[in-house]
Amino acid sequence: MIKLSDNPIFNTVAKMVVVVVVMFSFVFVVMVPLYDVLCDALGINGKTSGERYQSTQVRVDESRMITVQFIATNNEGMPWSFRPERTMMKVHPGAVNDTVFLVHNPLSKNMVAQAVPSISPARAAQYFHKTECFCFNQQPLEGEQGAEMPLQFIVDQELPKDIGTITLSYTIFDVTDMVEGAVASR
Amino acid sequence: MGDHHHGPAKGLGRWLFTTNHKDIGTMYLWFSFAMFILGGFFAMVIRAELFQPGMQLVDPAFFNQMTTLHGLVMVFGAIMPSFVGLANWLIPMMIGAPDMALPRMNNWSFWILPPAFLLLASTLFMEGGGPAFGWTFYAPLSTTYAPPSVTFFIFGVHVLGLSSIMGSINIVATVMNLRAPGMTYMKMPLFVWTWLITAFLLIAVMPVLAGAVTMMLMDIHFGTSFFSAAGGGDPVLFQHIFWFFGHPEVYIIILPAFGVVSMIIPTFARKPLFGYDSMVYATASIAFLSFIVWAHHMYTVGMPVAGELYFMYATMLIAVPTGVKVFNWVTTMWRGAMTFETPMLFCLGFIVLFTLGGFTGLMLSIAPSDFQYHDSYFVVAHFHYVMVAGAVFSMSAAIYYWLPKWCGRMYSEPMGKAHFWISFIGFNLTFFPQHFVGLAGMPRRIPDYALQFADFNMMSSVGAFIYGASQILFLYNVIATIVSGKPVSDEKVWEGAEGLEWTIPTPAPFHTFSVPPQVK
Repeated sequence: MIKLSDNPIFNTVAKMVVVVVVMFSFVFVVMVPLYDVLCDALGINGKTSGERYQSTQVRVDESRMITVQFIATNNEGMPWSFRPERTMMKVHPGAVNDTVFLVHNPLSKNMVAQAVPSISPARAAQYFHKTECFCFNQQPLEGEQGAEMPLQFIVDQELPKDIGTITLSYTIFDVTDMVEGAVASR
Repeated sequence: MGDHHHGPAKGLGRWLFTTNHKDIGTMYLWFSFAMFILGGFFAMVIRAELFQPGMQLVDPAFFNQMTTLHGLVMVFGAIMPSFVGLANWLIPMMIGAPDMALPRMNNWSFWILPPAFLLLASTLFMEGGGPAFGWTFYAPLSTTYAPPSVTFFIFGVHVLGLSSIMGSINIVATVMNLRAPGMTYMKMPLFVWTWLITAFLLIAVMPVLAGAVTMMLMDIHFGTSFFSAAGGGDPVLFQHIFWFFGHPEVYIIILPAFGVVSMIIPTFARKPLFGYDSMVYATASIAFLSFIVWAHHMYTVGMPVAGELYFMYATMLIAVPTGVKVFNWVTTMWRGAMTFETPMLFCLGFIVLFTLGGFTGLMLSIAPSDFQYHDSYFVVAHFHYVMVAGAVFSMSAAIYYWLPKWCGRMYSEPMGKAHFWISFIGFNLTFFPQHFVGLAGMPRRIPDYALQFADFNMMSSVGAFIYGASQILFLYNVIATIVSGKPVSDEKVWEGAEGLEWTIPTPAPFHTFSVPPQVK
């Protein structure tokens, strides 16, 4: 056993204080990153990878047809109009597909948005690869302007056979204040 | 040993600067009773509003503040400090120690509590009102949509967490270092055992709670996004962190109650506890399991099926050590020479009602059923059966049991029995119908409800007023005992009582066990 002092009470207290410090750090250092890692790795919550996918496969599985549906949602208080150009696509696993989401900022001020994706069924999340996505970055838009935001994706050939439809949902958040706050605090 | 003053100091200074475990225990108990009355008052506001369907007395925003503060004040202000107070009074007397191991820290861990709760209660008078997001303060309700007073709430939680951690370290240091010669771990009274394990739980999870509120603070004021999806965080993360603290927390509340009941039942059954060792191991098992079942509070967040199954089976496993305990108490009474003084009545009420609460807990542990019960009044009924009939009943039993030892005066037995029966009836009238309205679909934390729930809610409210009134009787009985109760001089007070605390004179002198006793 660790012995810090001749006073056994002091030793007990020192050990308990170490436990307190370790547990407090545990929340920040272990729980938060572990949660993100687990969600990414297992596709829990329908989280898709926030990283650009490097395509390695070239073969397209012409025998399967997967329906991909797109949903666009505004978070509370987000005034932009936000919708997918096409609400549904039929794609072959392995093929590279392109589509766009349309946004328009109706206000006269410049704003910044962040889209957060979610996949349903959650099991499909790890088989849905994005090679290009507007959700990788914050999207600034000047007042009263519109834009087409690109999305390029590949459905993995390993997608379980029982999944025929994948729904990709984006929620768009107004992060103008967060960005400005970050600039102001520098 | 220069001077020989053995009595307490005089005046207010005695209480402000005291390092005596008995004085600090007394202050903890009075403080927790004051918080019990305050939290009870909030509950009365809730039940008055729910007496009839429709909006009668308070507006919904204020109603939400009442449910939030009722939960926070009862959990952190009433139940937890009351058991810390009991630990302060009893642990040194039970293990033959002259005082707690860290008397000055003991003083501080008590005296930072009242300011913390003053801060919490003062949020009610601030602009935007007090916290209104439920005692579980889920993000983003407690971050993005919180009233400005949430910062005071966070600071209050930090302070009371600090108080709990210091109190727990003190208890661990006392139990591990100050036991009388011959008092091995497996000879310690069960109340000491349950508190030792509780203290370890507190030391492990209070920092997690502090971490959660610190993240909230950073999200609100420093631009981080732990719980904000827009910045790459996740509100569900909050629920995981909160319940990683929150589930051990419910055992923090109930384990000392188990200890109290395990002390009182052998006294009035006049038989030793049926299985001491199994009780110790059951307590330790419950404490261990409490760390690996947290997500059963959040079955509906969208976990994978494997997760639901794991948390379901792990949760059901807790019924095993809990069953060991209940059967232990029952078999202790089996063929005992039982008498039914007030402490025993409260313990019997505890066993019956806690077991009922345990069974509804088992129902809630089944993930597919929980999808229906989730956030309904069924959950409210369940946790009041284990919190009130569990922790509060055992606390009443403890006060009636040890008060004569502490102050050397006997409480009024008829008044004590009246207190028990009125609270027993009032409690069941309040919470039993809530099972039914919950199963029929009444959600919790709402100020208004569908008409078909009206009769059961009216019964609930009447029961709540009865239960609340019975606590005034309790207060009167305790004060009357201290002021003018019939003097007791017998060291044992109770014929069947066993343990070191019954070997010292009655009333317990200001200093005890200055010379450690020899335990055989």
